[in-house]
Amino acid sequence: MYRLDRRQLLGSSAIALLLGSETARAAIVKGGLPWKPGSGDPPAAVTPGGWRYFTAQEAATVEAFVDRLIPADVLTPGGKELGCAVFIDRQLAGPYGRFEGHYMTGPFQQGTKQQGPQSPVTPAQHYRQALATLDAACRSKFGGKVFADLSDDQKDETIKGLEDGSLKLGGTDGREFFKLILKDTQNGFLADPIYGGNKDMASWKMIGFPGAHYDYRNWIDRHNQRVALPPVGINNHPDWSQ
Amino acid sequence: MALRLPRKDVVIIGLGWTGSILAHELLQAGLDVVAIERGPWRDTATDFLISYAQDELRYRLQHDLFLRPSQITVTFRNNAGQTALPVRSWGAFMLGNGAGGAGVHWNGETWRFLPTDFVLRSHLTQRYGADFLPADMTIQDWGVTFDELEPHYDRFEYLCGTSGTAGNLQGKIQEGGNPFEGPRSRPYPTPALKQGYGHALFAQAARELGYKPFPQPAGNLSQLYTNPLGVTLGQCTYCGFCEWFGCANYSKSSPQTTILPVLVRNANFEARTYCEVTRINLDRSGKWATGVTYADASGTEYEQPADLVILCAFQLFNVQLLLLSGIGKPYDPASGEGQIGRNFTHQTLSSALGFFDKDKYNFNPFVAAGAIGMCIDEFNGDNFDHGPLGFVGGGYIGQVQTNGRPIETTAVPPGTPAWGSKWKEALRDNYLSTVNCGAACHGSFYSYRDVYLDLDPTYKDRFGRPLLRMTIDFHDNELKMSAYLTDKYAEILARMGAKQVVKQPRKGPYDVTQYQTSHLCGGAVMGDNPGNSALNRYLQSWDVPNLFVQGASAFPQNAGYNPTGTVGALAFWSAAAIRSQYLKKPGPLVQA
Repeated sequence: MYRLDRRQLLGSSAIALLLGSETARAAIVKGGLPWKPGSGDPPAAVTPGGWRYFTAQEAATVEAFVDRLIPADVLTPGGKELGCAVFIDRQLAGPYGRFEGHYMTGPFQQGTKQQGPQSPVTPAQHYRQALATLDAACRSKFGGKVFADLSDDQKDETIKGLEDGSLKLGGTDGREFFKLILKDTQNGFLADPIYGGNKDMASWKMIGFPGAHYDYRNWIDRHNQRVALPPVGINNHPDWSQ
Repeated sequence: MALRLPRKDVVIIGLGWTGSILAHELLQAGLDVVAIERGPWRDTATDFLISYAQDELRYRLQHDLFLRPSQITVTFRNNAGQTALPVRSWGAFMLGNGAGGAGVHWNGETWRFLPTDFVLRSHLTQRYGADFLPADMTIQDWGVTFDELEPHYDRFEYLCGTSGTAGNLQGKIQEGGNPFEGPRSRPYPTPALKQGYGHALFAQAARELGYKPFPQPAGNLSQLYTNPLGVTLGQCTYCGFCEWFGCANYSKSSPQTTILPVLVRNANFEARTYCEVTRINLDRSGKWATGVTYADASGTEYEQPADLVILCAFQLFNVQLLLLSGIGKPYDPASGEGQIGRNFTHQTLSSALGFFDKDKYNFNPFVAAGAIGMCIDEFNGDNFDHGPLGFVGGGYIGQVQTNGRPIETTAVPPGTPAWGSKWKEALRDNYLSTVNCGAACHGSFYSYRDVYLDLDPTYKDRFGRPLLRMTIDFHDNELKMSAYLTDKYAEILARMGAKQVVKQPRKGPYDVTQYQTSHLCGGAVMGDNPGNSALNRYLQSWDVPNLFVQGASAFPQNAGYNPTGTVGALAFWSAAAIRSQYLKKPGPLVQA
């Protein structure tokens, strides 16, 4: 680590840090392609157990919710067993949950639909607010029961109320939260299992996506034939653990 | 106070396709070149690893390779009566970041524009009369012709190793290629890619309907190829993770796979990464650039003096930097005067979904490549008679489905519940047997008086500079064109055997959340005089002759093709003029 001076700007080779602070990553590339071992940046696999963002009560609500969006049936296990709630929890605890990378400078003001979302409320904050008001709404409607304690029919009725806007959440439109949790649940269901959902690549097996295979040159010409390769993910292959 | 660095012959702002090409050409002329790049250095071996590159959540949904709006964004409104608001997360377009620029994440479609596209206003006026064009349409001729650009298209394609089938070889129409293309001097450097079932079926149906389908020209290489710089690209493996992703296989044409390895070995070249140019500096006359000022990631400012400044940022940021540097006259939509920000355009994309019988059709949509596909060009440009149709422009139509990634590319028939077991069943029943090709009709976007760029009065970037403001909406001409093309595509889908076809023509208003290609164009356009353009025919600024502005910001309007081939050709064309004319006598190459 060293401070910039002209001699270093002129005399550096391959790659050199311009400034000493850890955040300043400005560099000079010169003389050859910069390369150092171990410079890859693979995703960290989600570790099971516990909640990183949700409270126990929030987690129970989300597990119940994802289990209705992705119900257990002949096609796959339910959303809870597949890890969709864990997926959402880990996402909310990370960059996604805090709108990292978004332009977050004000003034914040509502625009047209075409101008896109303008709210400063992050996904993590959105869940916290909406889950609390969802349970409050369920309590008043279903004799004191929270969402997780409802029957499947009552849960579906509640979700439909959010979807069509008839169920308000603390004065706000429940549709926005419905769209958010639906998108997050389906992303967890369909994304690579390394992020905590889509356990055993259940959704990929259901639709016939063989996963992240690197090379389909042997298949491009085989028109209208089912690809007979086992599904594979970034961190797991059904055969690797056997 | 900015730290003043030693002078360089050339400073290049942005190290994407055009920055890499200009750097290489000017190094060949014996100059010393520094490239200032606001993103990171990126390379295949360090950043696009096959063990984790195929990650839809990270790269597609969470934009891992892209510029972050927190770093810089734009504001948007449909018309001048609205208050523009910031684009807080990307939607309608995706902006690259780092070495390689958008050449890292593109799909690789490597098209040439039609000869008539370059003389658009003259051609349409001659064929249909001046009154045929909408009064507020501001299309114009480019100031350069297809024939002049042809050798430079050729150079770009041979740099990239583009895979395709020639349709017009030195004036002779070739079987299996695009019969509408301008004459090419030699065949594509590599043969066309193989095609999947859906693509092949489209071609068969198109032929039955009397069209002449041809393979899309692809920067995903059909075979091993060594380019004229001695850099070797690999054979595409049809992995289906191309656009939004870096290629782990060295088989997508990009600055990384074609030119950067040569650049960095040249002793007269250096790149400075995580350094963002904040303005182009002018001398007291205001008519000559003295270099640039840039800030590194810590915010420390440097002044880099240079004899020649080449602006190679993305289209939006080229225009923003010109405005922030006080170069040229800002466009005023009320008077129509001023050139910087004028003739801003995008693309008019539309499609249709084709649902097929799952017991008879399995398309294996995940076996694909970024620029795979079969296309027809009967409805592009002025290849068809617009007289009875009441619009101008068009686009290629094709089955160009690039992937079967499960989050992005699952489609269910209209009326399917959005969740629950019925949704899951629909997903299962349609995933393998649907033609789901978002970019099937790749329509033109012509320029209008009220579609433009200027500086936002309210929102600022992290340096406190005004953000660029987009004022853009679709006009009836483009919406009519889109409906017409979508109908033609839907007819072919039905002919292929789809049991249900769901048309998705483009509808207004322009929506900044709906992805529509990243083909933003114009704002600093080229032309034959300073009264209609910011740049002369060599991409040289009319106002500051030692400044050349590369890229799609020079397009006076956008054609019905992907722009990268033309961006590359213009870069070689401009570089040739600098080398053969400008360096001998620095000054204006065209007298105003």
